[in-house]
Order: sequence, then structure tokens, then C-alpha cells
Amino acid sequence: MSAVFIGNADSWPKRPIPFYADPVKAGFPSPAQDYVERTLDLNELCIRHPNATFFVRVDGDSMIEAGIYDGDILVVDRSVDADHGDTVVAAVGGEFTVKQLCTRPSLMLLPRNPAYQPIRPRNGEELNIFGVVTNVIRQMKHK
Amino acid sequence: MSQNIFALVDCNNFYASCEKLFRPDLAEKPVVVLSNNDGCIIARSREAKTLGIKMGLPVFQVRDLLRKHDVVAFSSNYALYADMSQRVMSTLETLAPRVEVYSIDEAFLDLTGLDFSQNLTEFGISVKHIVQKWTGITVCVGIAPSKTLAKLANHAAKTWHKTGGVVDLTNKDRQRKLLALLPVNEVWGIGGKLTKRLQQLGIDTALQLADADPNYIRQHFSVVVERTVRELNGESCIALEDIAPTKKQIISSRAFGERITDKQQMCEAISEYISRACKKLRQEQQLAKHLTVFLRTSPFSDKDAPYSASKSIELDSPSSDTRVFLAKAMLLLDGLWMNGYRYAKAGVMLADFYDPGVHQPGLFDDPIVQKDSDQALMQLMDKLNSKHADTIWFASQGSQQEWGMKRELLSPAYTTNWAQLPIVK
Repeated sequence: MSAVFIGNADSWPKRPIPFYADPVKAGFPSPAQDYVERTLDLNELCIRHPNATFFVRVDGDSMIEAGIYDGDILVVDRSVDADHGDTVVAAVGGEFTVKQLCTRPSLMLLPRNPAYQPIRPRNGEELNIFGVVTNVIRQMKHK
Repeated sequence: MSQNIFALVDCNNFYASCEKLFRPDLAEKPVVVLSNNDGCIIARSREAKTLGIKMGLPVFQVRDLLRKHDVVAFSSNYALYADMSQRVMSTLETLAPRVEVYSIDEAFLDLTGLDFSQNLTEFGISVKHIVQKWTGITVCVGIAPSKTLAKLANHAAKTWHKTGGVVDLTNKDRQRKLLALLPVNEVWGIGGKLTKRLQQLGIDTALQLADADPNYIRQHFSVVVERTVRELNGESCIALEDIAPTKKQIISSRAFGERITDKQQMCEAISEYISRACKKLRQEQQLAKHLTVFLRTSPFSDKDAPYSASKSIELDSPSSDTRVFLAKAMLLLDGLWMNGYRYAKAGVMLADFYDPGVHQPGLFDDPIVQKDSDQALMQLMDKLNSKHADTIWFASQGSQQEWGMKRELLSPAYTTNWAQLPIVK
């Protein structure tokens, strides 16, 4: 696996990140190459609809096979229509839960951890979807 | 010339709806929001209204009722409401070219001259649908040829559920039918005193006011009331404004003629809004404790990257001093400003109002103290500090603790604090 260094960020999402015109090897940016051409903004990457976007924090391990872990922050977009296969935040039994939405063969919320059972709405019960998860934010290095 | 068309979009039970959005366990439960000292009820959910809990009631008077029905009470969380308001308003700006933010939970859309491929009711329904879907906040929409009629149309949309929350009042017959049903005090700008005087003239309903002779009204009341009469007849006399005349909060904002890309220019714009809002605040003889600054790019441009943000701050004690708010606004702007965006709109909101003298001010933050005496006070403070540090410390600690106690029912800052995000399992 290789990585290309594209910029420095001191804090997210407040600060735009300087974008270096000439990609350099990770770890050794040359002073000669630090001409800042424009800035990259993580908001642009993660947030299509700021007015409809909310952040939530994950508690639990029911989605680990989908790459969502305890403590992750999810970017949730309410303006997106939820489709089969989308990861969604839904209100079930008075609390928010993150699960995979299945609309076929029957409507259910699928955990991505074999230790958990799918959630099926009872007859006539509506599935109350808060929004669609578009991104996962995970802190890899804790201070 | 095409007829004027305005829509008034008003959030349903706004504060209570904001609280409920992040608490699915409270979906069907009665919820109330309390005033700044947890003293009075200032907002109620639909369920709380059904229980007969009245606006403005002191909590101690209804404590038994609240307990009996398991009503959930919250301290007012202005950081949350301001953020949700800003989401609703900028969503509206994607739906109509001209938007006047009238209060934290109401906005006028100017639809004049727009070519509607759909009819106005359908437009209203789509506004309602999109705001609900994007922000989770339910709104009602009233559409009419004048702002005064749009207000009444909205009132009708709220009152009669059959309307589905949207009322198109552009039709003259429908206008008269509705006006006949409404008492005159439901009309925008017709307060208690005015109502009494109008009733003495036999004007009880909105329709009777609409049918009154405008000249007579001007002579016996004022040009303002005359304007209301004309507005009730579908003649638009009140255009969209940049500053919202309201008492719950003051919003001063404007869409820029040309996009702003320079921070200095933005500072100037924000300063201007602050000074206008504070002037308005002093005219209303109110003090405010909560300040929000917001800015955003154009929602209509495909070329511009979208950016929309707001930040709020709470003062130590309420103020109407322009300098105080100016300093705080610049701090907020520092946190909001991002280079590289083309800003289309910015504004400020003052909220959490106090009557002068109600709030016990801290030693440093008396809003009427002049600069010279401010300095004298500082010097005195410094002197005292060196000699009687304990006493001074005690005084300021005391007022802060008292404040903390009075907001014990505060919900988390779900949308404005990384440490307080909603939890999903």
C-alpha cells in the first residue's frame, strides 16, 4: 500500500488544508515544493448538503463488518433518499441505531455483526429513518 | 405587472421540535421549553398544547400538571435552536430566490414574478416536504399577495389540519372567507389596544377591517393601520426587509449584492449588522445574552463549493452594548471564516432577551457603564483584587453558579459540539 501526501491539517473541519501542486513522498516535503496552489477542504469531500447534514457518534459494535466501530463519527445526510443497501441511522424503540437498510426481499435493518439480529418492523409499523450515512470519521491516533 | 406573491413559512412548535429531533424516545411525548431562568414555559410541543399547558405560565404554577402527564421540560438551548434555524433558513434559500428571515422560526419568501410550472399549493407542499426531510423540522406555509395575508394564510394552515399545513390565499373569494372567520386581533400588527378601539367601531373580524375605509382608518388610527387595511385587500405595501422586527430575537442579515471573498469586507458587513441589531435591541429596551453569527455561499451556484456555517456565543450577562457584541462577533467570525469561498449571505442574530434590571449583572458587564468608568472600575477591581482577593472571587463565582443552576434541564449541543453529538447504537 502506498500513500501520497497531499497536505497538512491541524484541525478538522474548520481549516482548509493547503494543497501542494506537486505530490511528494510521504514524510519528506521539500521546501522548494511548498508553493500553495489552492486549498482542499474536507467539508467539500464529506458534506454535499450542509443544511441537511448531521454528525452522530457510534456506540457499540453492531456494524463492525461494515467498517463502523465504537466511537466513530458518522456523517449523516438527511436529504439523500435511502436505498436498499445504504447504511442508515434510524429511530428504533426510542433510540437511534445505525444499520444497513434492506428493502428486499423484505424491509429490515441489518446489523453487520453476526452476534446481532436483524430488526424487522412489525405489521403496520413505519421505519423511521433519520438519514443516510455518507462518511465515517475515525480518529486513528488518540492524543 | 405581475401580482406580488409572498409565502410565510413558519416552523411548528420550533423549540420543542428541535429538542424532539434528537430524542426519538420523546416522539409522541409532551415537551415544553422553559425561559432563560427555567421560570416560564416559552414553547410547547403539539402534545403539550393538547394537554392545555399555556404559554408564558410560570413553571411553579403548572408543576403538578407537568408531573401528572410526564411532560418533559428543557431549559432553552439557544445554540441548538440557532443552528437548526440556520439550517431551515438556508434550505428555504435553495427554494426561493428572495428570503426574509423574519424570526428564528419564520421566513417570508418573495415569489413575485416567478414562473411556476406547478401551482402555488404544490409549491408550498414541496417547501414543507423538503424542509421536513432535510432538517427534520415541520413547517406550515401560507401563500398570499401581501405579507399580512400570508401571515393569516399561515395561521389558517396551522389551525386547520385539513389544509395539510399549506394554504394558498391568492384567490379573492378564499381571502374573504378566511378573513370573515378570524377575529381582528389575529391580524399582523393589530395588538390588544388597537383591537379594543377597533371593536368600539364595530370592527370585530379581519374582514370588517379589510372593508373599512382606508382614509378613515388613516385619520383615526395611523398610516400603519391603513397599510394593514390595504394589505388585507391583497395590495402589497410591506416589502421584504433586511432586518426582522420581532421581540423574541433580532436577526439582521442580507444577501450581498456581490459575493464576498475578502475577510475584511466580511468583518465590515458583520459589524454593520451588529450595530443595526443592537440599535434595534435598545429601541426595544431589551438586553440580549445570546449571539449567533452565520455566513453561507450561494445555494444556487453550481460553480461555488457550498459552505454554510453558524456559531453562537453566550455572554456572561445580557447586554445591549454594541461594543460588547461587536467584539464577540469578531471572535465568532474568526472561527467561521474560511478562505476560498464566495460568500453570498451573512447575518447575526441576538436572542435570549431580558428586560433591563431583571438580570443581576456581573461586576464588569454593566452595559450602561461608559468606557472611562469602565476603566476606573477595572483599576478599582485590580486594587481590590490585590487586597481582598477572596471577596471579589466570591462575588463572581456566586453569580455563575446561580446561572448554572437555572439551566439544569439543558439538552446537549447536538449540532454544535463534537463532545455532545447524538449517540447511535
